[in-house]
Amino acid sequence: MEFFRIHRTVPFMRHALVLNIISLVTFLAAVFFIITRGFHLSIEFTGGTVMEVNYAQTVQLDSVRGAVSKLGYSDFQVQNFGTSRDVMIRLPLAEGQTSATQSEKVLEALKAADPSVQLRRVEFVGPQVGEELLHNGLMALLVVVIGIMVYLGFRFEWKFAVAGVLANLHDVVIILGFFAFFQWEFSLAVLAGVLAVLGYSVNESVVIMDRIRENFRKYRKADVKEVINSAITQTISRTIITHGSTQMMVLSMLFFGGPTLHYFALALTIGIWFGIYSSVFVAAALAMWMGVKREDLIKPVKKDEAEIA
Amino acid sequence: MNRYPLWKYITVLVAVVIGLLYTLPNFYGESPAVQVSSAKATVKIEPAMLAQVEQILANANLPPTSVYYELNGTLGTVRARFASTDVQLQARDAIDRALNTVPGDPSYTVALNLLPASPPWMRALGWFEPRPMYLGLDLRGGVHFLLQVDMQGALTARYDSLAADLRSVLRDQKVPVAGVERAGMSVVASFANEGDRDRARDALRSRVTELAYTDGNDGGKPQLVGQLSPAAVTRVQDNALQQNISTLHNRINELGVAEPVIQQQGSDRIIVQLPGVQDVAKAKELLGRTATLEIRMVDDSPAAQSALAGGTVPFGLERYTDRDGRPILVRRQVVLTGENLQDAQPGRDSQTQQAAVHLTLDSKGARIFRDVTRDNIGKRMAILLFENGKGEVVTAPVIRSEIGGGQVQISGSMTAEEAADTALLLRAGALAAPMSIIEERTIGPSLGADNIAKGFDSTLYGFLAIAVFIIVYYHLFGVFSTIGLTMNVLFLLALLSMLQATLTLPGIAAIALTLGMAIDSNVLINERIREELRNGASPQQAIHQGFERAWGTILDSNLTTLIVGLALLAFGSGPIRGFAVVHCLGILTSMFSSVVGVRALANLWYGRKRKLTSISVGTVWRPGTGQAQAGAKTRTGGNGTPAVK
Repeated sequence: MEFFRIHRTVPFMRHALVLNIISLVTFLAAVFFIITRGFHLSIEFTGGTVMEVNYAQTVQLDSVRGAVSKLGYSDFQVQNFGTSRDVMIRLPLAEGQTSATQSEKVLEALKAADPSVQLRRVEFVGPQVGEELLHNGLMALLVVVIGIMVYLGFRFEWKFAVAGVLANLHDVVIILGFFAFFQWEFSLAVLAGVLAVLGYSVNESVVIMDRIRENFRKYRKADVKEVINSAITQTISRTIITHGSTQMMVLSMLFFGGPTLHYFALALTIGIWFGIYSSVFVAAALAMWMGVKREDLIKPVKKDEAEIA
Repeated sequence: MNRYPLWKYITVLVAVVIGLLYTLPNFYGESPAVQVSSAKATVKIEPAMLAQVEQILANANLPPTSVYYELNGTLGTVRARFASTDVQLQARDAIDRALNTVPGDPSYTVALNLLPASPPWMRALGWFEPRPMYLGLDLRGGVHFLLQVDMQGALTARYDSLAADLRSVLRDQKVPVAGVERAGMSVVASFANEGDRDRARDALRSRVTELAYTDGNDGGKPQLVGQLSPAAVTRVQDNALQQNISTLHNRINELGVAEPVIQQQGSDRIIVQLPGVQDVAKAKELLGRTATLEIRMVDDSPAAQSALAGGTVPFGLERYTDRDGRPILVRRQVVLTGENLQDAQPGRDSQTQQAAVHLTLDSKGARIFRDVTRDNIGKRMAILLFENGKGEVVTAPVIRSEIGGGQVQISGSMTAEEAADTALLLRAGALAAPMSIIEERTIGPSLGADNIAKGFDSTLYGFLAIAVFIIVYYHLFGVFSTIGLTMNVLFLLALLSMLQATLTLPGIAAIALTLGMAIDSNVLINERIREELRNGASPQQAIHQGFERAWGTILDSNLTTLIVGLALLAFGSGPIRGFAVVHCLGILTSMFSSVVGVRALANLWYGRKRKLTSISVGTVWRPGTGQAQAGAKTRTGGNGTPAVK
């Protein structure tokens, strides 16, 4: 089986300008939604209490809501997750109340309404922890970006480093845009997923850059555009197959992994597809426009070699 | 060119064998066990305990599958495995009854535990014994707490006890002083004249060295202000944290948790993890009890009594209630804090056989206690417990005589049970600083089991999907890749087991993702081999060039991914860290298995064939011929037609 029977080099860079304008628009739209809608942050970041309870039979959410509101809460959420017998309750931070008393009181109230209720999970996060997590998350992002730029700059060339990082940040921002637009829950696991996408997507750009460098060596007369086109053409089959395989694994997590892994897998799915797109069209095109040259990548042969002999 | 020297094959083989050995324990599961460990610093578990436990179990007719003694550092434990959880529960009760004869004062912690059910020959390997990965709370069920230590509170308590120190030093040195009080974050001593102050300063400088003294003046009255130096502040905070951790250890021992995790995080936080704890409410109650202990004098003077009856509180006194709700007026001055209390045990008065609580004070506490009791015979002293800022008098005994030596006995009008309760409260109350829970996670055991199943299933299905696709697409090289991927899982699991890493659900996600990404190396190699064939290389050359040329790309792409992994490890916390550890290790194992492992397979299969005419790497389509040529032996049926020259 061979999916890709490509007769000649595909001119990927022909429509680079149009595609990059689309990219820019998508990017700006993502930024717009992030700013206007914000994130639906999980309690890991905001602080508060989440309880997951399980009933023996299907339960009416209204009765659960009634039981909780009797305790004097006004700003809380009750929703099903997984099955109609599983209920998730989110409570805001309550001044002067410890988590212990908060979740116990709620459980007591629920037990009074329906004794079959079982506590599956409680998570309480104080306000100071959330701020730290956000801070650490941003620090991680910063270190990743700097680390990758240094590595690519050292291993390839600064134009590639900048192009690679810009392309990949574009992926990350678009994933975040999706989470803001659909108001999917943004948890720590999603943050890990987003950062993993950053690495994964750079990985993709590196494969193409490697090929570009190799082709600069091989095709001495070809111009920059042709070299980039040939490099992408030669790697496109690998790109699709690798990402297809990774995607199979991620889909498996999306469908079978349960609620905890759901949004993690979702972030990866978006990241994988935009990762392909951005490596092929955005990173390579940016490097091209920044004026990457053969001399940038191939160091001139050292002249003093002969003297050693 | 495609031959490995023997040592390389052996390296791969040895790696696989070690991988299998260390992965194996994870599949045996765990068997129910009962663990006996010491609940008191004074009680040691000796190997003799082994015979004792065996005897108890034989008497109760509860046959264990194995019993053994283990010395972990200086702490010995005896562990007994059982065939079923029913027997385990009965055995726990039987051992508990036999060993802990005094109710309410256990000498031993008898806890339920799960031990790896690996076969005996594995345990015989001693230090090299393969052990299963440790399952995180989200997979095993249990409670996780993050506690914040109130350092401000620790300092306040320290200043309070320093004020008491100053008072007793000045009295010993016979320096007349108008008053010594804590004022915010300092201790202020007031004097009648400057001469007294100078004498006091000289006396204190050599005796209470923790404080730095400055002169002050309050409306013409000379004062001496003592403040802790920054180094002393750090020391107080460190001590407070350490003492709180050891207090938590004591409290958790009462719960009988098999493998609690209690560790410091940052400079002022403590993590507590109690795996497998079913009685979550009790755990919370015990930990959430942010109690501190203080001993103060009770004012029973007629003036105070009449003020109490009139509902007013005179200056210098505070009103508290005892456990029966009766009001008591207590002096503000703190005689001793929980810091000076080393132990509290229930017992009996040696003469009257009444129930009593025995307190052990440290040397400083003993000195202060002697002075205070000498001066206050016939008066009452109150032991106050502050929980969440609210004080309560635990007990207020009358001082009968001067008490020296630091051994204190509180007796009278209490039952044995009350004595045990009070002792527990006093012991558990010995927190150096108040704490509050700032993060809490409780995972029910059924959810843990669900998470394992879901994580395992999704990894398995994903793996199968990739394997089927890659074998269909790359034929024999696809098989090699799949074996390489299997090796990768094996090495990763073995490495995690060796490091005794904690596997969490994000960790399982990382295993899955690592597999999904590890296939990249194989695809790179296989595509490269096809490309070399397409460009007219001979099969042997194609294999060689394919691996060689793909290597640079594999290294680059994996290193960039590793940078991300390391950043996550450095800045991540909780779930992110669990993900990052597995992710980083997975990148390393995937490089080894795809580059060395798969190469070994390919070399073993093809390397010896001198006249190799075709290799099975799926269809190699060549532009110009218009149709695909089957490079796969399996598809051409081995008819000898050279597919690729």
